[in-house]
Amino acid sequence: MTEQEVPAIRVRGLEKAYKRLKVLRGVDFDVARGQVFALLGSNGAGKTTVVNILATLLKADAGTATVLGYDVATHGADVRESISLTGQFAAVDEILTGRENLVLIARLRHVKDPGAVADALLERVSLTDAAARRVATYSGGMRRRLDIAMSLIGSPPVIFLDEPTTGLDPQARLEVWAAVRELAGRGTTVLLTTQYLDEAEHLADRIAILHRGRIIVTGTLAELRALLPPAEVEYVERQPTLEDVFLALVGDEPPQDEPQQDEPRQDEPRQDGPGGAEPDRDAGDGHDVRAASEERQR
Amino acid sequence: MRTRFLSDTAALLGRSLRHVLRSPDTIITTSVMPIAFMLLFVYVFGGAVAAGPGRYVDYLLPGILVITIASGVSYTAFRLFLDMASGIFGRFQSLPIARSSVLWAHVLTSVVANAVSLAVVVLVALLMGFRSGAGVAAWLGIAGLLLLLTFTLTWLAVLPGLSAKSADGASAFSYPLIFLPFVSSAFVPTRTMPGPVRAFAEHQPVTSIVDTIRALFAGRPVGDDIWTALAWCVGVLVIAYVLAMAAFRRKLA
Ligand SMILES: Nc1ncnc2c1ncn2[C@@H]1O[C@H](COP(=O)(O)OP(=O)(O)O)[C@@H](O)[C@H]1O
Ligand SMILES: [Mg+2]
Repeated sequence: MTEQEVPAIRVRGLEKAYKRLKVLRGVDFDVARGQVFALLGSNGAGKTTVVNILATLLKADAGTATVLGYDVATHGADVRESISLTGQFAAVDEILTGRENLVLIARLRHVKDPGAVADALLERVSLTDAAARRVATYSGGMRRRLDIAMSLIGSPPVIFLDEPTTGLDPQARLEVWAAVRELAGRGTTVLLTTQYLDEAEHLADRIAILHRGRIIVTGTLAELRALLPPAEVEYVERQPTLEDVFLALVGDEPPQDEPQQDEPRQDEPRQDGPGGAEPDRDAGDGHDVRAASEERQR
Repeated sequence: MRTRFLSDTAALLGRSLRHVLRSPDTIITTSVMPIAFMLLFVYVFGGAVAAGPGRYVDYLLPGILVITIASGVSYTAFRLFLDMASGIFGRFQSLPIARSSVLWAHVLTSVVANAVSLAVVVLVALLMGFRSGAGVAAWLGIAGLLLLLTFTLTWLAVLPGLSAKSADGASAFSYPLIFLPFVSSAFVPTRTMPGPVRAFAEHQPVTSIVDTIRALFAGRPVGDDIWTALAWCVGVLVIAYVLAMAAFRRKLA
């Protein structure tokens, strides 16, 4: 396999339980280089757990995950060289100023001239005027912008954004979206998690829905739309939104705080344990939308 | 890797020293309680305490220094807890750094902050009439022992810092440490204590540390106490370090 063929992120059969709570039950997905990939799921679906495993903050119970070909379990240091993580809650140092936060990360990333890097990023996220103020005085939107700027230092090729807009006002949200689009424009691979369907719809090249510990569907927005019964498309004037697709797939259950602890259903044969993750098998328990729609066309 | 460990530790040390500088109350709070104890014992109880010939403040200071360190290290637990809770610990651990530099930076910050607090306490003691005939070697010995004790108690503080559920819980571990000098030779000689208490007091670490420092301050020979004191400090340091690193690795599993 050449460099280019190795996907930016490859996840196979990932499992993780917290004590007896099985959060991930065999998650599979690939993210191609340069793609913006949205991992969509309700609160408690396990999005942060997936991201933390990919960022080497957490170890999976089973399955494999690679970033740029590096296994997160065995080549953590190489993975950390290739990524940056913007966690669910802005991880900034409140006692330091905005500029000091950036300089600190720049020093830890061993970039040349940390001060100049910090100043350029402050400019880019419009925080130059607030640069010398302690972060404790920043608004939520400013913190998030600083947080994202801290992730841009050293231009890592793969960026994880865990619910980057949760809790932001609409204006700040648009600013974050613009930042993600800019990253995509520079060829950075972005794995984004969100509970907001419209966010995935607006930003992502590909969308995966994480539900009850598995990826139940992956595809482009168009592919996900094609999953709905055609009848609905005929009679509904507007294009179905991702929300329609999501609700049709997940059903009208009330939002769950925790994945259910039921055993895998009988009609979904799964390969468990080591070796259960062949490189190119379809997710045994999920739909591959592209495969499904190709079948329909035949 | 080694240079990376040093440069990462230096960067993170700069960060937490800024925290200390920007909330100097942490150093003041650390010194205030031991100073209050010192005032209380010298000017209120001092007349009634029969600690032998000489100034009572001379007798008292070594124990007060131990209390200073015991209360100072709780800030390490507190600051580490805040890092965990705010998510910045996770951010640092997702960076290509020498991972343990995050802990070392907190430990070294504690050493610097405690050194300042100890200096403040010694200055106040001097104002209260403390005098020592110790030579340079004895002062270095005292500084070395206090430094070792600071390392030991700080690594002990890393454990609650990593595992506490609340900021109060993180700092609460130091209460027994602050209490320990009271049941030692720090304030009164152990021979005045009833049997079982005396047995405990004479065999717990504070007594050997305090007796060693007292002998060094007085320019007396330290005897075997120094070996007992070093054995306690090094033994607890090794155990605390091993447990702290294990807890640290568990945080990333
Ligand atoms: N450290 C933990 N210990 C125990 N349970 C956890 C822990 N982290 C997450 N969980 C639980 O795992 C489930 C998935 O959490 P998470 O990955 O944060 O979901 P999401 O990011 O999709 O909201 C939730 O039910 C959450 O309560
Ligand atoms: Mg989450």
